[in-house]
Amino acid sequence: MAGLIMILISAMFFPGMILRTKSIASGRKGPGIFQPLRDAGVLVRKGSVFSTTTGLITQIAPVISLASVICAALVVPFGHQEALIHFEGDFIFFAYILALGRFFMIIAALDTGSAFEGMGASREAFFSMLIEPAFFILMATFSMFTGLVSFSDIFSHFFITGNHYVLIFSIIGFYLFIQTALIENSRLPVDDPKTHLELTMIHEVMILDYSGLDKALIHITTWLKFAVYGSLMYNVIVPAGWNIFLQIGLFIAVQALFAIIVGFLESFRARNKMNKNPKFILTISAIALIAFAVILILNLNLNP
Amino acid sequence: MNELFREISSNPFTVSLDIIPVLDYEQFCDQAARMLKDESDHCVAYYAVEMQGSLKLICCIANDRDHILRVFSSMLPSGKSTVRSLSKEVPQLHIYEREIYENHSVVFEGHPWPKPVRYPHNRASKASVMDNYPFYRIEGEELHEVGVGPVHAGVIEPGHFRFICNGEKVLHLEIQLGYQHRGVERLLAETRSGIWRCVLCDNIVGDTSVGYALSYARLIESLAGIQPSRAVQIERCIGLELERIAVHIGDTAALCGDVAYQLGQVVCEALRTEIINTTQFWCGNRFGKGLVRPGGTNYKMTAVVADRILSVLKDVGLRFASVSERIYSLQSVLARFEDIGQVTRQQALSTGAVGMAARTCGIRRDIRWSHPDQYYRDYPFEPVVLENGDVLARGQLRVKEVSESINLISGLISDWRNQPDEHSVPDYNCNLSPDSFALSLTEGWRGEICHSAITDGSGNIVHYKVKDPSFHNWMALALAVRNQEISDFPVCNKSFNLSYCGNDL
Repeated sequence: MAGLIMILISAMFFPGMILRTKSIASGRKGPGIFQPLRDAGVLVRKGSVFSTTTGLITQIAPVISLASVICAALVVPFGHQEALIHFEGDFIFFAYILALGRFFMIIAALDTGSAFEGMGASREAFFSMLIEPAFFILMATFSMFTGLVSFSDIFSHFFITGNHYVLIFSIIGFYLFIQTALIENSRLPVDDPKTHLELTMIHEVMILDYSGLDKALIHITTWLKFAVYGSLMYNVIVPAGWNIFLQIGLFIAVQALFAIIVGFLESFRARNKMNKNPKFILTISAIALIAFAVILILNLNLNP
Repeated sequence: MNELFREISSNPFTVSLDIIPVLDYEQFCDQAARMLKDESDHCVAYYAVEMQGSLKLICCIANDRDHILRVFSSMLPSGKSTVRSLSKEVPQLHIYEREIYENHSVVFEGHPWPKPVRYPHNRASKASVMDNYPFYRIEGEELHEVGVGPVHAGVIEPGHFRFICNGEKVLHLEIQLGYQHRGVERLLAETRSGIWRCVLCDNIVGDTSVGYALSYARLIESLAGIQPSRAVQIERCIGLELERIAVHIGDTAALCGDVAYQLGQVVCEALRTEIINTTQFWCGNRFGKGLVRPGGTNYKMTAVVADRILSVLKDVGLRFASVSERIYSLQSVLARFEDIGQVTRQQALSTGAVGMAARTCGIRRDIRWSHPDQYYRDYPFEPVVLENGDVLARGQLRVKEVSESINLISGLISDWRNQPDEHSVPDYNCNLSPDSFALSLTEGWRGEICHSAITDGSGNIVHYKVKDPSFHNWMALALAVRNQEISDFPVCNKSFNLSYCGNDL
């Protein structure tokens, strides 16, 4: 329960922190940290407009997408507190419940019949397909490392296996979760959430036809997704056994660090060329695979 | 008739209509084709005018190497006629022939691309409307069409782009313009108020106010046979170069924005503001509207303005040099610019590309050098020429031109200080020489701007023609994105930064 509450709270600050980091990095004053929330508030009060060519899918997709992220958040533990739902193989549930939300967004984009949205949908489907192996190889690595197969169990035993290599894996895990999160949430260098150029968009172009409450829901979904990944990052670098208040402090620190990293990344580099993205994403899977191989060899050595 | 064309070595020029040789159409075509075979020749004006019941074709070809202009003309019977097309032989004429076809329904037989240019209000065929533009089509299972615009996501002008793509790869791009047609040429020819024409010329293309106003002012001065004082000439050059610097820096910002490089974008945006605020300090308008007027100036430069310009340029020059060095050495930016949207030298020559689009393909085409006017005549100027023709080259050309322009302005200001303070006030309604053809060329930041006018027996302007550099360069853009990724189109487009309203008029 505590984990879910922490995720919800940090999701509220997340977009504002990224924006703030970017404005400070560019020497501007920038909007306040709650500006995205206020913008969402404005959207909520507005009515939704749907194109006459769209059907039911377009109307239900944002809700399903939000629901899928909330379901995914339910299996993420916080410190020693187990997740609300946990069962063997719940990380598979985590990955595919998120994929379900994305699937609905993709078919909703196709539903609008716009030339851009189809293009965006195809890119989104392609890139998220490529990032899937990275997540699973990483989870397989953790699972082999601890011998357990659920988020709650893995993270509560991660630091007490007595294996001294844990620090390396927590750092690799942190790095890989950042990269996965950036791609899943359509941030630089794969996508650019700020662009107005339809032809270069991936995620943004799929939601061009949304307005009002539905658009607000889509934004909230993105923030939650960020916080969920931030929470996974927190779990791989902070041992579960520590004092609860220290844990809460560290959780906030990790989420803030994540937001600041995203902000800085987006300030000081340009976006990838579209056809470089597959290579970039596969590199992340490759790193996960190296981690997997290393742990496999170590495991064989440790438990001959 | 021993002379087949009239050769002129000054820019702008005014000649009496009678002394422009009139050739028969076949001769006219052969001569144009022969001249344009030379790479240093390009056509700066070719249009038709209704005159005494027949259609007069006037063609002006500029030779960059010999620094001369050549004018000749031909007569066609008025109304619908069918003549031979030159476009297959000389592709750069395609757009002129399209324009003549659209305005006067002269059918050019064998024209490969006879499509509307801008849907003018007084076009010959009212049946030709936006909705029935004959788009090129390729059929195929794997191909899809993407239509963008005319309303775009950013705050830009309207234009429709239709891509034929194979997956992410663009096979063909067709650009349909004309949404902004305001009837500029007709207004300029119909109005008798000189000041009104000035204001109109300030606003034909909002981002090139000084360039257009200067081109108009020079045309009128040439027709009236007046020459403003040297101090005024220098001030105009300074205005033109300030405009170039401001737009080039702004474009660098926009290029960075398109590839999501925030640092480069915000720094360049801030620097551009410094420059346009300086222009405002000088003449009260950030875009230099009202700065250039025929015959004189309303905003003569003072020592205070000159000092301010120098100090701002020194500061901006240093900061822009350092930020542009960072931009063009950053790996992630280079990956987006290098070898993207390449235009070959041959393509640039055959589309008749001018300005930056030509100079990035190794073509030395710059009016300030080839047909210098005003103070450029007394000031040695070397155009910057790059070879690669890609987005990177167009970006780097801007950086080089900014530093060139800054040097130019410092030189101009020190010359200006040595000039006697002779300033005349603008003369809006001067007497123009009757029955004449006049043409003026100005190198705006985008490329050469060509204004030309024809006067009647009492010295009234009866026909006015404006040509923006974008008129040719849009085709270069369409060629540049072939076989590129569709997601690279925005950055290609921005690197050309062509004018919609300059084409639409």
